[in-house]
Parts: sequence; structure tokens; C-alpha cells
Amino acid sequence: MDTKEKTADHASRASAFNRDEQRVNWHDKTLWFVREKRDKAAWQIPEWEHLRELASQIKDNVLSNLHNYLIQFEKQASSNGIIVHWAATAQEHNEIVYDIIRKKGVSQIVKSKSMLTEECHLNEYLLEKGIDVVDTDFGERIVQLAEEPPSHIVLPCIHKKKEEIGALFHEHLGTPEGSSDPVFLAAAARADLRKHFMKSSVALTGVNFAVAETGEIVVCTNEGNADLGVQLADTHIACMGIEKIIPQRKHLGIFLRLLARSATGQPITTYSSHFRKPRAGQETHVVLVDNGRSERLKSIDFRNALKCIRCGACMNTCPVYRRSGGHSYHYAIAGPIGAILAPSLDMKKYADLPFASTLCGSCSNVCPVKIDIHDQLYRWRQVIVKNGYVNPGKSLGMRTMSTVLSNPSTFRWIGRLGRLFIKHLPFLVNHKLNPWYKKREMPAPPAQSFHQWYKTMRTNGK
Amino acid sequence: MGSRERVLQNILSQQAPAKFLPTFETNYSHDSDNFQKFCEALESIGGKAVEIVTWKGITDHVAEQYPSMRRIISTISELPWYVPQFEHDPHSFENVDLSVLKGHFGVAENGAVWVTESLMGHRSTPFISQHLALVLNKGDIVSTLHEAYDRIDRISYDFGIFIAGPSKTADIEQSLVLGAHGPKSMTVFLVAT
Repeated sequence: MDTKEKTADHASRASAFNRDEQRVNWHDKTLWFVREKRDKAAWQIPEWEHLRELASQIKDNVLSNLHNYLIQFEKQASSNGIIVHWAATAQEHNEIVYDIIRKKGVSQIVKSKSMLTEECHLNEYLLEKGIDVVDTDFGERIVQLAEEPPSHIVLPCIHKKKEEIGALFHEHLGTPEGSSDPVFLAAAARADLRKHFMKSSVALTGVNFAVAETGEIVVCTNEGNADLGVQLADTHIACMGIEKIIPQRKHLGIFLRLLARSATGQPITTYSSHFRKPRAGQETHVVLVDNGRSERLKSIDFRNALKCIRCGACMNTCPVYRRSGGHSYHYAIAGPIGAILAPSLDMKKYADLPFASTLCGSCSNVCPVKIDIHDQLYRWRQVIVKNGYVNPGKSLGMRTMSTVLSNPSTFRWIGRLGRLFIKHLPFLVNHKLNPWYKKREMPAPPAQSFHQWYKTMRTNGK
Repeated sequence: MGSRERVLQNILSQQAPAKFLPTFETNYSHDSDNFQKFCEALESIGGKAVEIVTWKGITDHVAEQYPSMRRIISTISELPWYVPQFEHDPHSFENVDLSVLKGHFGVAENGAVWVTESLMGHRSTPFISQHLALVLNKGDIVSTLHEAYDRIDRISYDFGIFIAGPSKTADIEQSLVLGAHGPKSMTVFLVAT
């Protein structure tokens, strides 16, 4: 990714994505299909709404008692023989992971999906230190070969067509040129990644849930890559944000019922692995990472974002995400949830993201832990404007709008002027500088405003 | 101050005012037949349910469905592929075509089977084999995951897992492919009791 692309905002990246109309339509439909599968799965559970409420309340409790739960988890995990590390920042996290790998004297590790390591840019850090990271989730391997970040937290290469994947595999795995059959391509990736699994003695995974009561961690995958990596390796490193704690094991019943149904419409992921103690002769490390999370706890307006269980339902349902693609969000986590998580890490850099929404509220309606995502998007806009991080054009426009709307006579006068212009001098409004005309045709202007019509009707005594 | 203290102190000074931990009932009423529901759920996620009466039912099915298998291993002493002592090095299982293991119980709502390390021989067997078969008593099927965790509380384990169907991916244009990294098929033998 070049620097120019890095600084481009959501809107300009979205218009780049929209140049290929067919592809955008495909992207839109495919994600909507996943959303529909989610609905079908959810509607089969009569107590679905109750489960969402319970999950939300459990996470409320976690966020109000995180200090004690973390200490409890550390104590239980340690007594189970797991080595627990603490990292205050992304940098510390990367250093801890590197230190473990360095001591093992290896130059390659296998990694299953972990959004936290994306957030910390672990791969790049390790590469600089001479450690090669092989992403083993198929989708993540594909974007790794393409030297791109994932565009979706559950479906990392949803932006890619099978022909492009075929070309990547031809270049990197030596598959025949022009192959695009998913079954064939998946078999080629399986064979290639098996080789890496067989020779890697260190495996890194993310964590879906960590249980304070028992000190166990739970990792969910469909491919089996986390398990294959961990069970063939001598060292397992599991990296997790501190908010992944849940109080008791029985709470897994609630979260696992919600997670896969919300994510892909499956009743459960193929593998839900409960790692309690290391295998005989194996070392297990858990790295607990803060990286700005504890700061967020104090904010009543934004702390709920920490409830997220990373299912991706808010992305699949979002009309903006589906039509702008994950890369337009220029953050490890795209879509509505990414747009409320990113600004708390760096408000200036991600000031554009809360505006990448219609505020329709669909994200909040599908969220399995009931995060008020669209309300937070709305609140972030205000914080961002107050801090002066919107472009001058937008803030001037908003100020003008506010003057006009709060002054009835100006409003009427501007309205009249607008109707005249659109009717007689359309080129004054219909030009490139007016974003309202982008991809839009304006309706014919009415002869009079509602106000004028109402007044006439009243005078005529009707 | 070390990172641990720094993180913990920061959390303590920032965390939200105490909120209650909800209690909940786990007996959501699901009156349908657990066995029937389990079989349907398993088929819907790409697995296969096979009813058997005797151990011979398993060997017959394997001979018929997987005639070309060269290396089959099992932790079940009644089966011809029984391995009394598993090797410590998991890499030695690379060429295993089929593993036949026992499961503790199944879950009707999602077709998952709970398996712990004690039933695996080695933790890697359910994942490294090209195909997987699990054996369950027909009566050992619970309705929901809530009931499952009630049972799990009574079984101690170092490593435990819900396995629900063959390993799969839909990463390439959302086309479902069975056999991502792990087994390409999963058969659950249900023993009549």
C-alpha cells in the first residue's frame, strides 16, 4: 500500500471501489446473502432476543468488573500451567511475542485469525525481525499473498474474485494458469499450508473467549487451522484484548449460540476449542493486551463498543460497507464497528469513519451483544466536529445549514431561490462541486413550497 | 511499575460502575425429538449420521464408504483399528486417512459433538486425519448448548472441543468447500442403546 492510499479517506476510497459497478453489485449481494442466512438462523431460536439481552448484560458486568476478572483469569490460567503476559500497548505486545519466538530459535510461525494482531501490526513487526508469519486461514493467506490487509473480519478476502485468487495461486503456489475453481484452489492451499503446519513448532492464535472462572481460552474456527497449528506445535501463543474475558464457563452457552449464527448463519462454528491446560510437553502463552481499551472504559458514550465479539454481522447488513468495501475504512476492523472503534485509537486519523454511515440503525439491530453502534456513530461525529477534525468544506456547509434552518424567513427565501435556480438555471447547482448531484438526478422543482400551499389553502377557507 | 500493574490500575480507575451479572434459566423449551434434530442439524452442516446396533456396523460402513483407506486409527478397543498407545509426536499421524473416536455427547440444536483429550489418543487426531468418525450413544444427545455446558461441568478436561461437521471454508467467493485444513468428512455413528 503506498502512502497516498494510506491517507485517502473513506469517501475517496469508496469511489475508487465503485468504479467497477459489476463488482460492487456482486459484493453487495453476496454480503446481503450472508445477512439473510443470519436472519434465518436467528429466527429458528425463539429465545434469540433474550439471548442477545443476556449477552449484553454479561458484557456490561464484565466491563464493570474487568479488573477482578482479569486477576481471576490470570490466577486460574497460571494454575493450569499457562504462562500469562501483560501488554499495555501494541508495541509491548509485539515485543512479548517476538521474545517468545526468539527464545525458541525459529524463523517461521503459523498463525490463525487474530484481529488483535492486525490491530498491532504484528506481521510487519516480526518480518522486520526476520520472522516469517504464515497466515493459515484461507482468506487471510490469500490477502497475505496479495500483500493486502483483510477487508472483512470474518470473510477476509470477500473483495476478491476467484479469477484473481487463481492468478495469485499461480504466481505463489504454482497452480496452472487460469484456474478458478474454488474446490481446486482450496485443495491447492490445503496442500501448501499442510507443509507449513508440519514444520512449524510455534503457533499463534487469537482468542474468542477467555473464562475467568476456569482460566481456559476458547478459539472458534471453521477450517481447523487454529487446532492443526497448535496441536502440531510445541509452543502456543494466544493473543487477546482484555475485553475478551467472560465470567463463567456456562456463559459460553449464550455466546456460542449467538456468535456463528450472527456471523455466517451457521448454528455453530465447526471447531470450538477449549484450551485449559497445555498438552504434555507443550508451552502455552496468553498475552493480555490493553492498547487503549482501559482508557475507553471510562466513557459512558463509547465504552459499549468493547462488548464486541467480532461476528461481522454489522458489516454484512451495512448498506455503506456493502457498497464501499472493507478497504475503504483503512483500519484493521472495517464496517460500522470499526468506525466506532478506530476513532478512539486515533481520532484525527480516523475522523472520516463515523461519517461513513447513513445512521439507518441496521447494525445495532443485528448486533448479538446489542452495541448501540449507530448512536455511537452519531455521537462520534459530534466529538470529531468539536475537536476540529472535519474538513473545512463540511463544517462550513453544516454551519450555513444550521443558520438557514434556524431562521424561518431566510429558509423561505433560500427555498424560493433554490426552486428558481433548479428550474431556470440548473447548471448553477448541477455541477461537479455539488456532491448532492453525484450519481443522482434531482426531481423537478415544485411550483410552490408546502408553506405557500398551506397558506393559500387557509386563505381560501378550506 | 510493570505493564501488569499499569494496565490493572488503569482499568480499576476507569471501569464502569458495578453492573449485576444476570442469572438465567437454561431449560428453554424445545420439545422436538433430540435425536431427530441432531441428525438434521448434522446433515445441514455437511456431516453424516449413521445408526448402528453393533460394532460391526461401523466396520461394515467404513469398508463400504471408504474402501481405499490405508491407515485408520481408533481409540476404541472394540474396533480393529484400535491403537493401545498413541505416539507422542503428532507428526506421525500425517498419513492417517480416518480416525474413529468416541464422543461424550451430541447437541441437537447444532449437530456438534463434545470430545475431550482423553478420547482422542492425541490432541491432533481430530484435525490431522483426512476423515473423521465419532461414536455416540443414541441417548447421549442434549437439546441446547446450555444443557451441554451443564454436562461439561461434570467432565473434567485439559482440552475439550465441540466438533460440528467436516472442516470447511467459503473464503473463495463464498463457495462452500468441505475439507479446508482438517477432515474432509465427518460421520457420527449413533449406537442404539
